[in-house]
Amino acid sequence: MNVVVCVKQIPDPAAPSALDPVTHNLDRSGKLILDDSDSYGVEMGLQLASGDGDEVILVSMAPGGETSGLRTALAMGAARAILVSDDALSGTDSLGTAKVLAAAISRAEPDLVLTATESTDGYTGTIPAQIAELLGLPSVTFAKKIAVDGSTVRVERQTEAGFDEVECPLPAVVSVTAGVVEPRYPSFKGIMAAKSKPVDVLAVADLGIEGGQVGSAGARQEVTDVADAEAREGGEIVVDEGNGAERILAFLEELKVI
Amino acid sequence: MALDNVWVLAETGEAGPTSLSLELLTKARTIGASVTAVAWGGGAAEHAAVLGEYGATKVYDLGDTGEALPGAPVASAMAALVEGGERPDAILFPASYDGRDVAGRLSVKLDRPVITNIVGMSDDGLSTQHSLFGGSQTATARFTGEGPFLYVVRAKSFAAESAGGGPAEVVQTAAPEAGPTAAARVVSRHVEERSGPKLDEAGVVVSGGRGLGSADSYELIEQLAKLLNGAPGASRAIVDAGWVPYARQVGQTGKTVKPNLYLACGISGATQHLVGMKGSKHIVAVNKDQDAPIFSVADLGIVGDVHKVLPALIEALKSR
Ligand SMILES: Cc1cc2nc3c(=O)[nH]c(=O)nc-3n(C[C@H](O)[C@H](O)[C@H](O)COP(=O)(O)OP(=O)(O)OC[C@H]3O[C@@H](n4cnc5c(N)ncnc54)[C@H](O)[C@@H]3O)c2cc1C
Ligand SMILES: Cc1cc2nc3c(=O)[nH]c(=O)nc-3n(C[C@H](O)[C@H](O)[C@H](O)COP(=O)(O)OP(=O)(O)OC[C@H]3O[C@@H](n4cnc5c(N)ncnc54)[C@H](O)[C@@H]3O)c2cc1C
Repeated sequence: MNVVVCVKQIPDPAAPSALDPVTHNLDRSGKLILDDSDSYGVEMGLQLASGDGDEVILVSMAPGGETSGLRTALAMGAARAILVSDDALSGTDSLGTAKVLAAAISRAEPDLVLTATESTDGYTGTIPAQIAELLGLPSVTFAKKIAVDGSTVRVERQTEAGFDEVECPLPAVVSVTAGVVEPRYPSFKGIMAAKSKPVDVLAVADLGIEGGQVGSAGARQEVTDVADAEAREGGEIVVDEGNGAERILAFLEELKVI
Repeated sequence: MALDNVWVLAETGEAGPTSLSLELLTKARTIGASVTAVAWGGGAAEHAAVLGEYGATKVYDLGDTGEALPGAPVASAMAALVEGGERPDAILFPASYDGRDVAGRLSVKLDRPVITNIVGMSDDGLSTQHSLFGGSQTATARFTGEGPFLYVVRAKSFAAESAGGGPAEVVQTAAPEAGPTAAARVVSRHVEERSGPKLDEAGVVVSGGRGLGSADSYELIEQLAKLLNGAPGASRAIVDAGWVPYARQVGQTGKTVKPNLYLACGISGATQHLVGMKGSKHIVAVNKDQDAPIFSVADLGIVGDVHKVLPALIEALKSR
């Protein structure tokens, strides 16, 4: 079984992030790392594709030929990666990103495509359904448990009320939530092995996508303004000296909650 | 009003349209000259009165999608309406599980971009507001190409208000066969038990985080919520750890809540948590770390141990 896992490489969320004051795009000029949300898909893929001849193939779109995040996922155990990197992609929206990813994914002829439910930096959450529609595949989003049984994938899908058990024929696109599995840490051996694993770097033209479909022009949307939001004022801070509960009680009375 | 024809993807359940659907209909009234609801699930006709009351003059009833996950068949039916000559200027989608699936698939079918995570909108329906970096900044965005404009809107961005309208006219559409893309089927549904008010509708929300130390201590949160007639909530850290079900999660990838009182216990206040609760009217936080970011949004902050403060509070409330 071939499992493609989409992995986004993003600016480190721990570092302060900012939008470019002119383009209003997220500043992606620094080193990019594997989106933590995608480590679950990588782990899930590795567990599902553990038989002989099974392969986990990573697909990523990122600027500047970035491979740091891909190397992390390769070190976890993925076999190889396809990276789409092209200056023409700067400012691409989610639909354009989905077109690029779908074209790259179809090269790997997957039985199953895994993504996260939403990325940490852009979090539109629309990519999984867009990829599925572009590939003409069924999809199950918000998977909190996945099992493959022959040519069927069985998923526990989160709902407002609890979860649904969903069955879907393969090939299919499944988006996974954090917590679907516990991602492994790359071993030293894995890290060394990852250095020589193949990463196929492609440009937009290699995928047969017209330039007008991607980049800022293809996005057909723009950020017109970014401003500081009205800050919520912090209030009174009390160090508990046995009186903490009392203070809360008094506040609740003031609010007439009790 | 710059837009003539605004559609709202209205999700309905046994209890009627979801509160988010009614919020979207309310906003649609201010941005569009006419509002049409698009509903599925077999019971759409029964909901025509409520959908009409909140502003829809017409309901497209896509019919029963059976056990199929709605994303693909609903998007196909909507695309068929547009291809058949319907001209919505904008479509508002709820930022829900199925709402995002429909929006994503429809964007491909119509080859139109999507603007997501909307928390505010101008009255002409042409520009949208977005909360960035944990709500510290607000971005404004707009489409530059042709409609229909696809907007995915977060819960609690607008208040639902009845317009006092009569029942909407129900127009039955033939759901086209979505083909292999609609092959995902629900084989069984599991409903997690809940007592007390719903998390996103409760006047009081008591949330717990990793600072509780263990799954067992979540009992303190449940007791407190019950005593205050509120709903128990959680940070993602303890949902991922399996202490509580996902339905309790507050934040960017969970529920947005705006209760009268939000009580955060052992929660650090990560930006992704703050976006889900910063709109609460009053916030109280208990955290043993004086520098925890949650204190920067709290009206009352108690620097202390949840295992001391919460039991004392529970005792005091019980003895009243
Ligand atoms: C704050 C902010 C707001 C934005 N709002 C919008 C908007 O409203 N509309 C819009 O069209 N664009 C928007 N964008 C741009 C959008 O984030 C990018 O186009 C991005 O490349 C794809 O969207 P996503 O990360 O939001 O996808 P999501 O749908 O959130 O991603 C889901 C999953 O798809 C996979 N995936 C996504 N991108 C890649 C990638 N490059 N490589 C490999 N796998 C990937 C990952 O598994 C990811 O977890 C926004 C960007 C930012 C920073
Ligand atoms: C894409 C993405 C989406 C996310 N979405 C969400 C979301 O929707 N909701 C969400 O909540 N998070 C979300 N997160 C996770 C978020 O970044 C934080 O990791 C999470 O909120 C932390 O949970 P916490 O506050 O319970 O745990 P921690 O950050 O570990 O904080 C625990 C706190 O408890 C305090 N504490 C410890 N012991 C005690 C004690 N005895 N008494 C009192 N206080 C104590 C500590 O001082 C600390 O402040 C998301 C992250 C990402 C990357």
